[in-house]
Amino acid sequence: MRMLQRLLPGLLCLCLLCSLPLAAQAQDESGQALLASLDADSYAEKGEAIEEIIESGDPRSRRWLEALLGGKLQRHKENGRFVVVVENRGRHWPVVDALSFEAAGEMSRRELDRVGINNALRGQLQGALAVLDLHAEAVEERRDAARALLGDIDASLVEPLQAVIDSEADGEVRHLLEQALAIHRLAQGDVAAVDALAGSLNSQVRAALTAASRSDDPTLAQAASAALADIEQKMRLNRGLETLYFGLSLGSVLVLAAIGLAITFGVMGVINMAHGELIMLGAYTTWAMQQLLPGQPGLALILAIPAGFLVSALAGVAIERGVIQFLKGRPLETLLATFGVSLILQQLVRTVISPQNRTVVTPDWLSGSLMLNEGLSLTLNRLYVLGFALVVFAGLMLVMRRTRLGLEVRAVTQNRGMARAMGIRATRVDILTFALGSGVAGLAGVALSQLTNVGPNLGQNYIIDSFMVVVFGGVGNLWGTLVAGLSLGVINQVLEPWAGAVLAKILVLVLIILFIQKRPRGLFPQKGRAAEG
Amino acid sequence: MWLTRPFRERSTRLFLGILLAALGLVTLLNLALPEGHPLHVSTYTVTLLGKYLSYALLAVAVDLVWGYLGILSLGHGAFFALGGYAMGMYLMRQIGDRGVYGDPVLPDFMVFLDWQSLPWYWHGFDMAAIAFLMVLLAPGLLALVFGFLAFRSRVTGVYLSIITQAMTFALMLAFFRNEMGFGGNNGLTDFRELLGFDLRSDATRLGLFLATGIALALGYVLCRAIVASKLGRVSVACRDAEARTRFLGYRVERVQLFVFVVSAMLAGVAGALYVPQVGIINPSEFSPIFSIEVVLWVALGGRATLYGAVIGALLVNYAKTVFTGVMPDAWLFALGGLFVLVTVFLPRGVAGLFAYRRRPAEDTQPTAKEASA
Repeated sequence: MRMLQRLLPGLLCLCLLCSLPLAAQAQDESGQALLASLDADSYAEKGEAIEEIIESGDPRSRRWLEALLGGKLQRHKENGRFVVVVENRGRHWPVVDALSFEAAGEMSRRELDRVGINNALRGQLQGALAVLDLHAEAVEERRDAARALLGDIDASLVEPLQAVIDSEADGEVRHLLEQALAIHRLAQGDVAAVDALAGSLNSQVRAALTAASRSDDPTLAQAASAALADIEQKMRLNRGLETLYFGLSLGSVLVLAAIGLAITFGVMGVINMAHGELIMLGAYTTWAMQQLLPGQPGLALILAIPAGFLVSALAGVAIERGVIQFLKGRPLETLLATFGVSLILQQLVRTVISPQNRTVVTPDWLSGSLMLNEGLSLTLNRLYVLGFALVVFAGLMLVMRRTRLGLEVRAVTQNRGMARAMGIRATRVDILTFALGSGVAGLAGVALSQLTNVGPNLGQNYIIDSFMVVVFGGVGNLWGTLVAGLSLGVINQVLEPWAGAVLAKILVLVLIILFIQKRPRGLFPQKGRAAEG
Repeated sequence: MWLTRPFRERSTRLFLGILLAALGLVTLLNLALPEGHPLHVSTYTVTLLGKYLSYALLAVAVDLVWGYLGILSLGHGAFFALGGYAMGMYLMRQIGDRGVYGDPVLPDFMVFLDWQSLPWYWHGFDMAAIAFLMVLLAPGLLALVFGFLAFRSRVTGVYLSIITQAMTFALMLAFFRNEMGFGGNNGLTDFRELLGFDLRSDATRLGLFLATGIALALGYVLCRAIVASKLGRVSVACRDAEARTRFLGYRVERVQLFVFVVSAMLAGVAGALYVPQVGIINPSEFSPIFSIEVVLWVALGGRATLYGAVIGALLVNYAKTVFTGVMPDAWLFALGGLFVLVTVFLPRGVAGLFAYRRRPAEDTQPTAKEASA
């Protein structure tokens, strides 16, 4: 019994193996028959053969019909074997077998006979090919096929499509096909078709409606114009949403770049001009991880998150111990010294790695976009960065509000002497805070490596913006940094269409400068004793 | 009179003596000695020294606001560049029809961009008097507006530093745009003559060097005079205890505004002298890094001494010339290292090394209180 159990799978396999060639043979025979009927004498018979092929559901039908349409389906004059010509240049053509689609060497053009078609058949073939994909197994393929049909329908397709719609299970495919038919009816002057098209953002639909709005029939023109205006409205809304999305995305980048600074500058009062270079280090860590794990960009990216944090945090500790601790209470000198550090770090990267930009690979799950509707799609990498920024922000808030470290940081910030008297080791808190702020800069670098070029100047491009965000939001206030970063991003994107990218940036800078005149302590100023520091 | 008071100070007389002697010596070595002589100073070197001197004047201007007013301006490069652009516009108009395209009025880059007429703000720059006036007015007005807004709302300390940096950054972006009408990326260049003197001739170059030296001397005396006047004392008081000075009844913001505008104008003059010697002005002078570098010159030389700023500017720029020639990669390491070492180990700069004989100079050194404001 046991023996049999063990043998059974093997036996089954054996049976399968035996039956496979049989199945293939059966396929070959039916395929040969179908192709032979294509090579009929009259075009009417050929037309019927095409129908037959479509109905057969043979997986090779698409390739046959395409070959037929392209004039590449040919028959060997002597042995009657059907082949598909791969390239019909020169005297000897490379061909593949029309049944197995395996390479069948070269054949001379003299040996072959083309399976001819006429214009009527050509039209029938094109329609048939279009409908063919609507029978595909996967829903996505059917949707793509249906979308491709929009605006591409003539009278010959109406009937088969109607049949497809009736048998189609997927609602979206049905909807698309109905729209495709409606476009056709609209072109014929059917006013009722406008209703079926109303609210669609597809460009073909809009083109059809635009054409209809210029028609001679006043009721049709009016209905089409009304539908168009409605669609326009929707488009505007979509564009607005898109601008908002890009603005939030830019804002999330600003928040990421600035949030570490909000800790070191806002909470500790240390001006760290090397903050941008800490971001750069995070980005280079991502690059290095991808070099260490070739072929696995996704895994490398995920590992780069803790690694980038650590690298930048360690660099931050080195800066704090090496420079900043000697400059306590002298913020302007700290600014100069850390600027020196930033120059050294930049040059270090140029000398050790390369002055050129490095390529960081975007993993598959980060590329592409999320399509919300015909007029609005969100790029995935920006969406992830937006989410990442929010997660980092939430994490920082938790650390500052809910942990012992956060409590000690706030205590040392508000009254260093008193905090020390209560037994808090202020120096240790300084180091940890600075490491935290720097580590977050490293996280920003990991995220930025997915959006911009990774090069020695990466940090420099963000340092001024980051300071602007922190100052605009109110020093010492993490919520302020979040609001300031996101709103600056959105303002920038709103200004961009009519002012251009550079001018928009200038305008934002000028706005901030003016804003600081009005509210020198930012959007959310600190109140009470903490503000005096 | 308050302007002559500095001449009674020993340090000023010493500084002026050394400066004028150096000017005379360089002139002599350039003119009197034949070219192959080992002590001959080539015209190239003269121009290089002239460039350093214009930087030194810029450093004096920064020291005036940072050392004696407590405002760390990270945007003085903007005033320098504005002065430079005013001069550059004059020099562009002087090219006349000798440009590549031979247009009698429009500068080459405007012809290239297919502009039909001169933008309104270019009018008048063919007259030296107006152009030189604009060298003072353009940076002066910017400083006036910017300073008025900032000081009125009592923006001080780090905030002021950051927004001055934002100002010069915004200006840099603006001047990079071709639509601004200042030559965009390439800036203004290809100059021919200044007040009728050929800019390529040795004599003009020597003259420019001497003019820069004299401007530096005059600027130094002016700053000394301001510092030694009653206004200067109030300014130092603002630096050390702004709130207290205000409570004593002084209009702090007016003092700040006055000193800031004077400093910006000096920076503009420095830029105007820089441009004909270098032969080009482009938006990179607006870059925030340049402005921070100027602050380093002052910090290295010694803040709140004025002569320290000159020493710092000369030292750093000489080092820059040497380094970038010998091993260009090492320059940023050296510059970065200087920033760190000077601020950590030499808080009073090179001048602080010399000043041991004098009293421990609490009166000229800003206290920690100001810095944390």
